[in-house]
Amino acid sequence: MTANTEVARSGGRLWQGLTLQQKQVVWAWGFLAVPILFYGLIRFYPTVEAFVISTTNWNLMNSPSFVGLANFRRLMADPVFWQVFRNTFLYLIIGTPLSLVLAFTIAYHLDRVRFMHGFIRALYFLPFLTTATAMAWVWRWFYQPVPIGLINDVISSFGFSQQPFLRSTTQALPAVLAPAIWAGLGFQVVIFLAGLRAIPTTYYEAARIDGVSDFAILRKITLPLLKPTIIFLVVFSSIGFLRIFDQVYNMTSGDPGGPLNATKPLVLMIYQTAFSSFDMGYAAAQTVVLFLVLLCVSLLQLRLLRDR
Amino acid sequence: MTGTTLTHRFAPGRVFVWLLLLAGGLLMLTPLLFMFSTSLKDSADIYDLRLIPAAPTLDNYKTVLSDGRFLRWFWNSLAIATIVTLSNVFFDSLVGYTLAKFQFRGRYLVFLAILSTLMIPTEMLVIPWYVMAKNFGWLDSYWGIMFPGMMTAFGTFLMKQFFETVPNDFLEAARVDGLNEFAIFWRIALPLVTPALSALAIFTFLSNWTAFIWPLIVTTSKELYTLPVGLASFAVESQIQWELIMTGAALATIPTLAVFLLLQRYIVRGVVLAGLKG
Repeated sequence: MTANTEVARSGGRLWQGLTLQQKQVVWAWGFLAVPILFYGLIRFYPTVEAFVISTTNWNLMNSPSFVGLANFRRLMADPVFWQVFRNTFLYLIIGTPLSLVLAFTIAYHLDRVRFMHGFIRALYFLPFLTTATAMAWVWRWFYQPVPIGLINDVISSFGFSQQPFLRSTTQALPAVLAPAIWAGLGFQVVIFLAGLRAIPTTYYEAARIDGVSDFAILRKITLPLLKPTIIFLVVFSSIGFLRIFDQVYNMTSGDPGGPLNATKPLVLMIYQTAFSSFDMGYAAAQTVVLFLVLLCVSLLQLRLLRDR
Repeated sequence: MTGTTLTHRFAPGRVFVWLLLLAGGLLMLTPLLFMFSTSLKDSADIYDLRLIPAAPTLDNYKTVLSDGRFLRWFWNSLAIATIVTLSNVFFDSLVGYTLAKFQFRGRYLVFLAILSTLMIPTEMLVIPWYVMAKNFGWLDSYWGIMFPGMMTAFGTFLMKQFFETVPNDFLEAARVDGLNEFAIFWRIALPLVTPALSALAIFTFLSNWTAFIWPLIVTTSKELYTLPVGLASFAVESQIQWELIMTGAALATIPTLAVFLLLQRYIVRGVVLAGLKG
């Protein structure tokens, strides 16, 4: 009892002896202790581990054996990987421009609307709040043949022939992409609206007084001043489309990746290699490729923002 | 208020644009409307593709909700998203506050280190996380689903930006009054950044409610599925019962829609804050 008090008192004396500055440092590191442990253990260690695993041959059961760059060579020679790589880039190069042009067009006009502005914005925004899995079921149902599927029902009521959508090697990828664009559009519209609101009114007023046409205002004032917003959305949605998974997995489950891997993106390939085949080294090598692709996109963003 | 000042005189062109915007918005809503419509239809009626059900019934909801699995998944998602959100709100703001308001050597390094984790895609970490969870016996457990997301660099960055706007005078005054540093953070600084906190909370909750790949990987028993993983598991069932699936999808969507209708203003502002800061 006395000893404890003694220790506490000397500890207290030690604490009292510190300057205000030193006390702040102790508090700061005290606050950071658990987070540093977390980031070290849950983010940094696994990052290093992913690179290490990518150089091994490992099925989780036996101990991993070092194989150097063999997994990467295998990847380069794997026709499925190139198919997957192609699909992933198709998602990116169709999805990003299409969704951005749509979102900008909507936001540009919605910005001028006062009557029921909030309501119309909410209509576009609601899909962003849905669960991809739940919506995958809705869209799958839409794509079914008659008499179940809505889209085919509409198409055939106009006298056109039914479309196979998810069952076709050419239509499956756009059919999976549509709900991904649909779900993300509201987010982009809201961000564009915020960007448009940030442009000072005086610019527009000056331009109108000078008699500049609407199109010239859009091209000379709105778009240049919107550049940071545009760059942010391009990078944000590029990363989103490069990592597409939920929609694809859920819309093509039963035949994951669609007919002849027509819709399979890189993340689905990673998932299957790791958690269906338990080929951990090979899967880790695929994650390294994904990391490098995403890193390039992020560095490009930094570059573009610095040029501003 | 930009762009609107000169445009509110009546013009037929404007009305046309307005109608187009409304039509587009309603088109965006079509999947949701048909989902709710089908969830109210009898199994015999699902071939009737009219939006308003001829004989609306709540039987599908009774069926889905009386099947204990669905409620269990719903509860799992709710509990996990709530706990992860609380953890993020606490730790992200504690770290953000420390990095914004304390002077100490290594501060910038810690900030850069945390920020650098934004560059690392989750997909790269899932394999090491899986191995870790396996070794620690965390597979197929609540903790296993939750542990990777307890703190995020994005949230920390967001909170740091906001704590920087809090004047130091307030904190100094509290210090003079003899409050300890944690009390200053908790009772003085935190209430001053409530808008940022609600943005962070909404974002974290939403992304955990809809999280898919990691819960899919880490869970194997049906009792531990989250709602999205549970819905995905319907795919392996031989006979797809569309009306029941639409009901399940509707039930997964209703909570987020309800929260949105209640907090619309905060959610839109939160998305803008988080989007533009991120």
